Amino acid sequence: MLWELLYRVFGRESSSSRMNAKERLRLVLVHDRASISPYLMNRLKEELIQTISKYMVIDEEGMEVSLDQDDQEVVLVASIPVKMIKRDYMDNIRMRETS
Amino acid sequence: MEKGKYLQIVEIDLRLYRKLNRRKVGLSMGETIVVTSGKGGVGKTTTTANLGTALAFAGYKVVLIDTDIGLRNLDVVMGLENRIVYDIVDVVHGNCRLKQALIKDKRFSSLYLLPAAQTKDKTAISPLEMEDLCEELKEEYDYVLVDCPAGIERGFYNAIAGADKAIVVTTPEVSAVRDADRIIGLLESADLRDPKLIINRIRPRMVKNGDMMDIEDIVDILAVDLIGVVPEDEKIIISTNKGEPAVMDMGSKAGEAFRRIAQRIRGEEVPLMNLEVSNPIMEKLRKLIGMR
Repeated sequence: MLWELLYRVFGRESSSSRMNAKERLRLVLVHDRASISPYLMNRLKEELIQTISKYMVIDEEGMEVSLDQDDQEVVLVASIPVKMIKRDYMDNIRMRETS
Repeated sequence: MEKGKYLQIVEIDLRLYRKLNRRKVGLSMGETIVVTSGKGGVGKTTTTANLGTALAFAGYKVVLIDTDIGLRNLDVVMGLENRIVYDIVDVVHGNCRLKQALIKDKRFSSLYLLPAAQTKDKTAISPLEMEDLCEELKEEYDYVLVDCPAGIERGFYNAIAGADKAIVVTTPEVSAVRDADRIIGLLESADLRDPKLIINRIRPRMVKNGDMMDIEDIVDILAVDLIGVVPEDEKIIISTNKGEPAVMDMGSKAGEAFRRIAQRIRGEEVPLMNLEVSNPIMEKLRKLIGMR
């Protein structure tokens, strides 16, 4: 135990820049991979439309999907104008819940 | 336009014909491996020279191609810079026969170098020409190792054109790993899947102190197979000074790492090198206190 203590005091440097490097790399790669691949963003958009269309009618033309980045994190931002919520789907769910 | 198209079709036909012909005759074919990285200065040329030398040492017929036209260096690392007469551009343009341009290594008679041209630029050869060249060399050599230039422009596409497999070299730095990620993406879209990763210049002591990214960190992020880890080694500088690849120096740690990678290329399973840091003073102290 004494050894552990000594080791910690003398053996290791203060904060680890390794974690720093890893985190910065992770962030930069999220952005790199997304921005080089419009294909990826298009696929994501298409699948989003598919999923959301089950529940509501959306304005596909006015839809915007992008990655926003600040120095802390990368955020997927989707702005999807909703025209109407589908009634039949809501009714289906309600029926399932009551039965 | 029409004429160009026609010519291209004829060229493709010829290649197909050669391929089929070879299969018919049942010739054993070599393998073309491109060594690439995106970022410059991470050790592509050193890696190519060392892997080539190690493979030749193991008895294989190996040819190294320097595709860094305008900035050739593989000749210097191999210590063959004084023997260059013809280069890759001469071969492609028909100024000489392929055999005339190949330089035999000083140490191994089964190792050859095809040097890059120093006075031209990357557009002096095309990916199609490169593909043909690799095909031709594969007929005679077990391994064709292509040293790729830095960057993602024409030189990169030339280098990967004839490759069957790819090795990506990186160092444990944010910039190098980032570029490696980009290269892996480009290789995949060029249908060179599952590239193998070499992490070069790792410093075990810094990793231990938490000041350098570890092997796992990098492999996790890049999500590719690791084929080797090479420790930082001053002997590499000495061996480059002399023009003798470090794999020939049995006391060099980096040389040992490259020898192991060459074994893995040949399909053998070899454990990763032990990169544990042993601090002699600490060890003694530990023994003294009775802790192991």
